Amino acid sequence: MDFAFTEEQHMLVDATRRFITEQYKFEYRRGVKDSEAGYSTETWKQMAGLGLLALTIPEDDGGIGAGPVGVMLVSTIMGEGLVLEPFWASAVVATQAIVLLGSPAQRAAWLPALSGGELIAVLAHEEQANHDDVYLTATTARRDGESWIINGQKSLTLHASIADLLLVSTRTDDGKLALFAIPSNTAGVHLQTCNCVDDQRAATLRLDNVRINHSERIGNDAACALQDVIDYGLAALCADAFGAMDKILKATIDYSKVRVQFGAPIGSFQALQHRMTEMLMHLEQARSMMYLAASECTNANRAERNAALSAAKVLMGQAARYIGQQAVQLHGGMGMTDELNVSHYFKRLLAFEMRCGTTDQHLERYRRQLQAG
Amino acid sequence: MKLDYSADELAFKHQVQDFLVANLPPEIRERVRLDDRSHIKSDMVQWQKILCAKGWGAPAWPTEFGGPGWSKTEQYIFESECAMADAPSQQPFGLKMVGPVIMQFGSTAQQAQHLTRILAADDWWCQGYSEPGSGSDLASLKMKAERDGDDYVVTGQKIWNTMGQFADWIFCLVRTDSQAKPQRGISFLLIDMKSPGIKIQPTRLLDGTCEVNEIWFDQVRVPAKNLVGQENQGWTYAKFLLGHERTNIAGIGNSKRALLNLKKAAAKKSVDGISLLQSPVFSTRIAQLEIELRALEITNMRVIFDATKQKAPGPEASLLKIRGSEIMQRLSELHVELAGAEGLAMDKSDAARSTKSYLNLRKLSIFGGSNEIQRNIITHMLMGL
Repeated sequence: MDFAFTEEQHMLVDATRRFITEQYKFEYRRGVKDSEAGYSTETWKQMAGLGLLALTIPEDDGGIGAGPVGVMLVSTIMGEGLVLEPFWASAVVATQAIVLLGSPAQRAAWLPALSGGELIAVLAHEEQANHDDVYLTATTARRDGESWIINGQKSLTLHASIADLLLVSTRTDDGKLALFAIPSNTAGVHLQTCNCVDDQRAATLRLDNVRINHSERIGNDAACALQDVIDYGLAALCADAFGAMDKILKATIDYSKVRVQFGAPIGSFQALQHRMTEMLMHLEQARSMMYLAASECTNANRAERNAALSAAKVLMGQAARYIGQQAVQLHGGMGMTDELNVSHYFKRLLAFEMRCGTTDQHLERYRRQLQAG
Repeated sequence: MKLDYSADELAFKHQVQDFLVANLPPEIRERVRLDDRSHIKSDMVQWQKILCAKGWGAPAWPTEFGGPGWSKTEQYIFESECAMADAPSQQPFGLKMVGPVIMQFGSTAQQAQHLTRILAADDWWCQGYSEPGSGSDLASLKMKAERDGDDYVVTGQKIWNTMGQFADWIFCLVRTDSQAKPQRGISFLLIDMKSPGIKIQPTRLLDGTCEVNEIWFDQVRVPAKNLVGQENQGWTYAKFLLGHERTNIAGIGNSKRALLNLKKAAAKKSVDGISLLQSPVFSTRIAQLEIELRALEITNMRVIFDATKQKAPGPEASLLKIRGSEIMQRLSELHVELAGAEGLAMDKSDAARSTKSYLNLRKLSIFGGSNEIQRNIITHMLMGL
């Protein structure tokens, strides 16, 4: 049992937090949010320069090999800074998919471009019916000589709107789950882009007879590795949410010290003090679960991993809701304005609750596993 | 960062488990399992003597006073495993409260007189803090101790003295200066319960038990050598005591045992042809608690780790107390729900035990600093006050 972080991890955190607090101020982010692409190529390049896009790439592949704990630490800062760039979708999830499934040639082709910020990739997996079970993927891949023909639809996929490369999960004729790397400008790929509630960009996908060369298939039977990737991503998403919870609570405490009503700072009123202590307890429990998610997201025992990750998502989703709602409540009307960052953290937390399986979906998965013993 | 126990810690855990299997008397284990307190003193004393024979009598004490020299993690493992195995809890008032205060602030004579007898369970201690008018506002306590020659003369009343009916000794906070600020006029006094002028009366609680008492002191003469440390410094010692031994405050082991029992019982009990474990509503409530308990266990580990690293304690001890007591109380609610209408009859059945336990465990959020007081403590740290 050891809750200390290594010297390297501390340095990574310090460098990342310095960059985000200095370069990614709230007003700068507002400009990014209102831009057409919804992310800053300048920031993205700087993140690449700091090595943040190479965290999950093993050192043998020219990356940093920071592992789940390193990814966790950086992800919290992405949440603190409300970062809109596709760190999670591309640098964590899609990159990890290629790390785990890619052939040596594919790794050599894509990983340097991903870590250098020249290539943005996203995993397009979620569909209406498959939030919990990768085997329920309905998008099909039909072999046609040296090509595959892909047909299907993918639900809202974070940052698909700006991705160069879509990693699309499909079912093949022989019933296997296969992942294909499809350039987003391939004929038959239709993207319906939109702005998510947390101002991150996304798109739904329709794939109409998309023809893709066999060499673009990543791995053979992708089912197991795909679940590994999803779980790795879920742990990182939890950490992002923790960063947002941490900041919104601090903002609330600070506000309660300066907002004066009835001749006293509202933070001197016990009803509000106890509300904030409740928020803190949710936060600390959430921190514990963020640690659990990072430690267990690579556990080879699937049942243990599922239980831990669902437990983390449930507890952190509930914490996100409580902390978010109370932060807005304690800020009063100001908490509802677009001007203050509180409302933006609130929406980031709402998006967390909804992404990668809602709180209740994970509670249901956990419950079923509990019943099965 | 690593959440799992190290190989050494795991080996220690197995050693404790093996010891419990081999040494915990079955009749005691059964009474603890059934929450049968008919032999509680003799069970606790007998178990303490078994632990002492092994050198494990005082998990948190330094080796010079007879402790086993365990790390905080090992102490936590030991207490959790004991709870999981239905071992009696160790008498807290001697081992965890007055013992450490005597070690830290007591005279050599007091150490020689009391520590080995506490360790061996030869003396039974109780705590004399609360008074009828002084609960959460403990510093307002009024029980007077006036110096008269080589004695203090003590007059006043204490209340909520848990297991005081068995006590050989009581450690009391007493007022030795009524002019000073409330916290500055309090002293820490060790009082022999056989002293003339002490009257004790049990307080019957809502579950029918009498685990707490009221104690009256009428002109009780207490030798001045029984003063711990300095006169009027008692509040400091009391605060030291409160900050001591927080590793098990969340009661993780007890909650894990209650959860396990709940799941077993839920699998056996059927309502309308479906077991409660298969019931969507009931199993969701179990799942919710299991998740929160898992988070609290990790939080507890974090607190232990920080304590090991000599980090100044944050608000986490209060958090552990609040969340730990909430989880135990909610588990007891689920046991009542599981019992259903069978839990109405106050007999010796499992169902009745669930009801009685639910009633009894209301204490958890009240004693040891109520959960509202704990929130005030967290507020102080949170607001940087």
